[in-house]
Amino acid sequence: MERKTALKRTSLYASGASPANMAQAVFYGEDCLVYDLEDSVPVTEKDTARFLVYNTVRYHRPKDKYVVIRVNGLYSEFIEEDLEAAVRARPDAIRLPKVEYAREVERIDRRIAEIEAAAGIEVGSTEIWCNIESYLGVINAMEIAKASPRIAALALGAEDFTASMKAQRTKKGWEVFHARNMVLMAARAAGVDALDVVFSDINDLEGLREDTVLTKNLGFDGKTVIHPRQIDIVNSFFTPTQKEIEYALRVLAVVEEGKRLKKGAVTLDGSMIDKPMELRALTTLEQARAAGIRIGGEEG
Amino acid sequence: MELKQAAVVGTLESSDLQITLQPNEGCGIEIELQSIVMAQFGEAIEETIRTVLGEFGVTDALVTVNDKGALDRVIRSRMQAAVCRAAQVSYDWTREDRHGA
Repeated sequence: MERKTALKRTSLYASGASPANMAQAVFYGEDCLVYDLEDSVPVTEKDTARFLVYNTVRYHRPKDKYVVIRVNGLYSEFIEEDLEAAVRARPDAIRLPKVEYAREVERIDRRIAEIEAAAGIEVGSTEIWCNIESYLGVINAMEIAKASPRIAALALGAEDFTASMKAQRTKKGWEVFHARNMVLMAARAAGVDALDVVFSDINDLEGLREDTVLTKNLGFDGKTVIHPRQIDIVNSFFTPTQKEIEYALRVLAVVEEGKRLKKGAVTLDGSMIDKPMELRALTTLEQARAAGIRIGGEEG
Repeated sequence: MELKQAAVVGTLESSDLQITLQPNEGCGIEIELQSIVMAQFGEAIEETIRTVLGEFGVTDALVTVNDKGALDRVIRSRMQAAVCRAAQVSYDWTREDRHGA
């Protein structure tokens, strides 16, 4: 199935336990809205949250956002019913917590396909995001990233990862530096997006800026945020430079030229241009447009 | 569907509502509704409650509602959860496949 590109600069969680939280989250500037059934929902409210998230996403989903549902743990008593509801709600993606092995994704992939078929949804259309939140997940990130064509993103979770490592969480983030690079390399190898860790101190906006510079410079496509005030700052770091926009336009031009001349492979400046590079170029232009930049004579 | 026990769902926070659903054997559906938007939306709230009860085939129920400005989808969701809890059943999600897109 052909995957569409989608901006993932910021993904904000909205708790399935809070109707007010869910209603407000629509009005912020995050690219991805993640309706949560997991950590933010008390065990006694899993059933009510599931109905609320289902009815919201199925019948009132925000039109201009990439919509995600985070389900409960893969070995929890809630996962089966979560999937039954979440797939039928038709989100863009389902976010799986604490993935550690490819076989876990394969199992969920098969279950999603069964539900899609039963519900009359195009099989394969529901994407998967994998949260990488432990040393095992980081070590196996490559096999996880390639475990299913549904996978659209790997997202590193720093709190659980550092706990699994017996590490201390710090603002500088050296304790997650290696994990960040491992997850990034796995995502790049698989041609999927890589989403960076949360910056937990919602009152330290300067710290958030410093952390997001690193996020951007390492190569991540976006960052999970935990408070609306973090959204604009993170989004601003993912505004492409003029040089990046020009390169993206050149990539797309040679791809178009290749299609016109029916060439199997095209090159730019001596490098082969493949599908992931084309998608990246499209993403660069989407990021530019999202930041209000007019590209190549577009109407404003 | 028969309600077997009382169930309480929701909260009294803004944009939510609290529903107490109780068996009401042989007495039909009775609804006691309090809402901060009673004048504007009282009838619509009651209609949603009756619709959900109808979808589950519940014919006897005492429903006590304290609404704090919940959207229709919240009312519907809370009622669905309340019926499942009161009837002590898991929701059959394949029911949703029969709804149109």
